[in-house]
Amino acid sequence: MTANTGRWIGRTYLGLVLVFLYLPIAIMILMAFNRSALYELPFTFDTVWFEALAKNDRLLTASFNSVVIAAVNAVIATTIGTLAALGLARYSFRGKRLLQILLFPPITIPWLIIGTSMLVFFFWTGIGRGLHAILLGHVALSLPYVIVVVGARLASFGPQLEEAAATLGATPWQTLWRVTVPILAPGIMAAALFAFAVSFDQFVISYFLASPGTSTLPVEIYTSIRKGFTPEINAISSIIILVSMGLMMLVVRHFRFGGER
Amino acid sequence: MSSVEIAHLCKRYDSVTALDDVSIAFEDGEFFGLLGPSGSGKTTLLRALAGFVIPDSGTISFDGQRVENVPVHRREIGMVFQNYALFPHLTVNENIAFGLSVRGRPREETAKRVDAMLGLVRLEGLGERKPRQLSGGQQQRVALARALVIDPKILLLDEPLGALDRRLRQEMQVELREIQRSTGITAVFVTHDQEEALTLSDRIAIIDRGRLIQVGPPRDVYERPETVFAAQFLGDANLFQGIAEGDRLKLSGGQILHTNGPNTGSVVVRPEKIGVYPAGTAPATDNRLDGDILQAIFSGASVTYRVRVPALGETPLLAFLQNQAGDVLAPATRVSLAWSAAHTIPVAS
Repeated sequence: MTANTGRWIGRTYLGLVLVFLYLPIAIMILMAFNRSALYELPFTFDTVWFEALAKNDRLLTASFNSVVIAAVNAVIATTIGTLAALGLARYSFRGKRLLQILLFPPITIPWLIIGTSMLVFFFWTGIGRGLHAILLGHVALSLPYVIVVVGARLASFGPQLEEAAATLGATPWQTLWRVTVPILAPGIMAAALFAFAVSFDQFVISYFLASPGTSTLPVEIYTSIRKGFTPEINAISSIIILVSMGLMMLVVRHFRFGGER
Repeated sequence: MSSVEIAHLCKRYDSVTALDDVSIAFEDGEFFGLLGPSGSGKTTLLRALAGFVIPDSGTISFDGQRVENVPVHRREIGMVFQNYALFPHLTVNENIAFGLSVRGRPREETAKRVDAMLGLVRLEGLGERKPRQLSGGQQQRVALARALVIDPKILLLDEPLGALDRRLRQEMQVELREIQRSTGITAVFVTHDQEEALTLSDRIAIIDRGRLIQVGPPRDVYERPETVFAAQFLGDANLFQGIAEGDRLKLSGGQILHTNGPNTGSVVVRPEKIGVYPAGTAPATDNRLDGDILQAIFSGASVTYRVRVPALGETPLLAFLQNQAGDVLAPATRVSLAWSAAHTIPVAS
């Protein structure tokens, strides 16, 4: 096999992967602008589904709930997670190893099981269901991701920079704000984005913890599909895809993942 | 009177003794080198001075004030780290200004001091760069300026030139020395490079397994090592052991070495103090031994001979010669080795 055929196979493979990933999404965006509700061709451009969406209060309220929960979740989980990562990376204490190991299983436990256990636990403790319960569940779910992402960034520079700050007269508090946090910033941003995405995408746990009448977007989409599919779903999905892809590209452009050379 | 003093410092980590009753009074304005193999405790000593290591016992005092329990950020020390530890998110100016800025000094004064420091370390015009845009030598100078700008009571340097290549290292040695002299600051540095220690220091301390082996000016420690370890760690040394007879040492083969003062059975001779002559042509000196050349290593300006001498058994004798005559004695040549009693230094074993 020559180098050329090797390259050709590589490119074809990459092309197929991209098609596989993006074609369904592209078709969905296209159908959001198709007049027919039944995916009929020929394609006739129309914004009728976006207009319908603007009047669909249930979907709009659910979207609003989702964005607010994801944003609040990102702030809370990133703050707690960053502090936890700092503690784990820079201090030694009893049971640290165990704590670090215990961080990972929640990532692998099926959401269905976490959702069920949270539902039972929240019911039993009187926390109940509703947006507050969803937020609580999302924070718990996002924390391991934040700790891992921020921890990876922390591991990329040793305690030496913080020690240098101390020798120059910086109090631990000044060191945190002037040295550690600015250097961690790309990691913290990435972690916040992760936390936002984990919450925004979350269906199973939200479904379990939603109270009647309040729901998040994924739950609302699921409910709508069960009742009968309308292309308004395509419309809202298209908006979400464009916004989240734009956000992601912004982050990739402005914060080098993995940080400084 | 010395402003920085440590006395009876001890530190243990589990089963390892990092510092074992170490006492040093640093003289004001001196450049003090801590030399020792890795794990000898030299870095622990430096970090104890900085405040990163709290000693188990003993005292550290700055200007007569005990500081063992003063946290690092209130100790008023300057430290240059092995890999400089420059803040990557700050410019050169901001790095140097850091110590003044956390002390809340006025902006104008800070800018003036930073400029003066940039001049001192010859980095004018580079203030707006980020550390990653600088060469290793330049980064080293920023680290030095950053540490000096706060007028520390003592400057601590952890393997300050370890990350530089050989050429740059020699340049920076001279520069470091000049900057230290011009500021008149007391500086303590850690190194495992004996040449660096000899070149830079006003005094050096050899440390092994947490204990001070010998302290003194580089020439004294080199020419008058007190122990076998000091002799062999700082430079090369030929060790002769035998039966002490006052100012003489009787080797196993019966030969007598005249020693510099009374010995206790062990003496060392530096390789460059030994003359190597074709058998029978050695001039009359205090000490003479015969041997056979095992190996001649030619390195341009000098030649190193490894000579088999019965009195040393399997260990070859080392001799360094200036390449003055322009020829090298071949292996297996029978030679006479000659050196003076003044260079036959009694040591404790």
